[in-house]
Amino acid sequence: MSNVDATQNGAPRKLAWWRSEPAHRLLTFVLVGLVAAVVTGPEGTQSDYAYGLKQSVLKPRVFIYLALALGLWAAYEFGGRQGWGGHVSDQLKPLRAGLRQRANRRNVRIGYALLAIAAIVLPMGLSSFWQAVLVTEIGLYVLLALGLNVVVGFAGLLDLGYIAFYAIGAYLTAYFTGRLPITPPFQLNPFLILPLAVIAALAAGIILGAPTLRLRGDYLAIVTLGFGEIVYQFALIKTDVTGGSSGAFNIPHFSVNLAGVKYMWGLDPLPYYYLVLGFIILVVILFSRLEHSRVGRAWAAIREDEVAASAMGVWTLKYKLMAFAIGASTSGVAGVIYASNVSTVTPDGFLLQNSIIVLVLVIFGGMGSIWGVLLGAALLQYVPEALRDYVPPSDRFIYFGALLIVMMIFRPEGLLPSRRRKFEFALARTGLVEGDALTEPLGGPVAARSSE
Amino acid sequence: MCFSQNFWPLLVSGVENGAIYALIALGYTLVYGVLQLINFAHSEVFMSGAFGGLFVVQGVLGHSHTPSGLLSVGYIVLGTAAGAAAGGLAAFVLERVAYRPLRRRKAPPLAFLISAIGASFFALNLAGKEFGHNPVPVPALYTDGTVFSVFGAPVRLTYIIVVVAAIAMLIVLDRTIAKTRLGQGIRAVAQDAETASLMGVNIDRVIVATFVIGGMLGGAGGFLYGMAYNVQFNMGFFPGLKAFTAAVLGGIGNVRGAVLGGLMLGIVESLGVACLQVAWRDSISFVILVLVLMFRPTGLLGERLGRSA
Repeated sequence: MSNVDATQNGAPRKLAWWRSEPAHRLLTFVLVGLVAAVVTGPEGTQSDYAYGLKQSVLKPRVFIYLALALGLWAAYEFGGRQGWGGHVSDQLKPLRAGLRQRANRRNVRIGYALLAIAAIVLPMGLSSFWQAVLVTEIGLYVLLALGLNVVVGFAGLLDLGYIAFYAIGAYLTAYFTGRLPITPPFQLNPFLILPLAVIAALAAGIILGAPTLRLRGDYLAIVTLGFGEIVYQFALIKTDVTGGSSGAFNIPHFSVNLAGVKYMWGLDPLPYYYLVLGFIILVVILFSRLEHSRVGRAWAAIREDEVAASAMGVWTLKYKLMAFAIGASTSGVAGVIYASNVSTVTPDGFLLQNSIIVLVLVIFGGMGSIWGVLLGAALLQYVPEALRDYVPPSDRFIYFGALLIVMMIFRPEGLLPSRRRKFEFALARTGLVEGDALTEPLGGPVAARSSE
Repeated sequence: MCFSQNFWPLLVSGVENGAIYALIALGYTLVYGVLQLINFAHSEVFMSGAFGGLFVVQGVLGHSHTPSGLLSVGYIVLGTAAGAAAGGLAAFVLERVAYRPLRRRKAPPLAFLISAIGASFFALNLAGKEFGHNPVPVPALYTDGTVFSVFGAPVRLTYIIVVVAAIAMLIVLDRTIAKTRLGQGIRAVAQDAETASLMGVNIDRVIVATFVIGGMLGGAGGFLYGMAYNVQFNMGFFPGLKAFTAAVLGGIGNVRGAVLGGLMLGIVESLGVACLQVAWRDSISFVILVLVLMFRPTGLLGERLGRSA
């Protein structure tokens, strides 16, 4: 979009001031300010639905937001033309260059070791509240996000019912520990349920993915959306199987009794933290090896141009299904740990909003970037907990929704992008690659259409 | 069969729900036609329409008694129009915020889906915060009662209103797409956006118009749905999912297919409830969706906006 509009003889014609770009931006800033005032404002009441709106817009506090909007607009228009993003990025350039220079193999190993030591030692000093947060809110969600990253980041597919596999893992744990109304053939230690959960989630993923992945990728999104909701409804309705809304409780903790080593996880969150940490490290190692393997290269090829990939002999359906199933099984494993940790499983833990939160975590850190997802997810799960006293917990979903839009507009590759993914997003603008696996595979409905 | 006993009453209520699904399904189909994308935030457009209609009706009616006769008709038309306006506005804002910036940046489809989901999540939770989480009834605009019966199945006034309003809007839409300049533009963009722009079609304008038309139908559907049931911040989810199923069933991108799919889905769902527990009602459409995707992904009438209308 430009300020000037070419007329017939080619001479630029100046547009009215209110149609110029700065005016548009001013309007945008002011509108965003108003929306921010409403979002951060008080809640509505049942007797007056407009109460929240009125309190947000008619009270003096709206002027703070408007002033902020005007200030930001002025800073944007009159200070540095290349925008703030570029500015910050310029400042960081020497730092990044320095990092890259020193990032030889040995230093990277030392860095990983330091990080691992920090992850092991630091939580010991935390209060037990924060240790619990570290397990249920951060650790498990990091694990979930790493799994979804395979689907969204590596394969470029969208899974909106991701939490359903988490539910499958959790309910499977409740089942095999005999805490559901239906009795299992044998009872198991949660450790032994882990492989079963992997198999169950894998199977569910394949059953769900096989019919849909042959089609346009966005069908997968809506089918998984529906699937997530059906699993929730099933857990809620089938009281004789799942225990209904009260769910299952008293699920036993993990325990080890092997070769003389006897240990039982319990109410103390710290051992669970180490268990989750172990799984995170395992998954990080596994997935980063996967990323650079034949499979990972196949995913990248599918993402960039599915038709070309399939012409080169990549069995696209197989690899897409594989990504989907690997993501699902990670979620299933997390579900087992979750069930055993909190020892209660109710349908309310597996709402659509949880699926979306995991998606936000992946997008924020940088889809396709394992470190980005790891750090982004940890940060984004930590912040709402830290702000718990200031922001009503239910409001965080509003911010998460807004964050998704903002990220997609300004930084679709995420905060710490994978280099390849970033490159793809840039190339997508030129139309050279697709950047996701959402287009139609060969022989799909659109291919049939264009040959008509 | 399990539904043979109550076949006619179930059919009547199926047609009523089907009419609303058809209205929403059109929003999916129209947007899909021009952008080849599923509009994930359409269920929130539907919800916005319901709230818009509810607030206008509440504001105008105040605490007076249930109107009757022509006055009722006036209120219903007013509420539906307000719902359509709110839905159209929501769809307009949605296009501006979640779609246009990405189109300018030539983002891959994944980015569109994610930003639409973000918009949906944002609107859903903001509505929950502002308007509460409990269902709100639309004030009675008419005295409901049985008007006539079909084979012993009572047909209530609500059913008639919903179906008549839906049919009226569908006819207007069908004619708009077939006869007007805008409709021509929509069909052109749906067939081949690049060529259409070379022929002088303003793609941006056509896309906005498509969103707004779909939003108006969805918003009106939202108010009608709210009148038949209740208005709630999360009311859009299942109707949205079902309407999407309906759109796929009829052939996504196909306007008449969406109507056919909506009616069929409403009826199948209604009859299916007789065979299963009521609680499984919402799962029926999902199973249908998966079956359609497995066996006939192009839907009953085939996908294509350009040709069908």
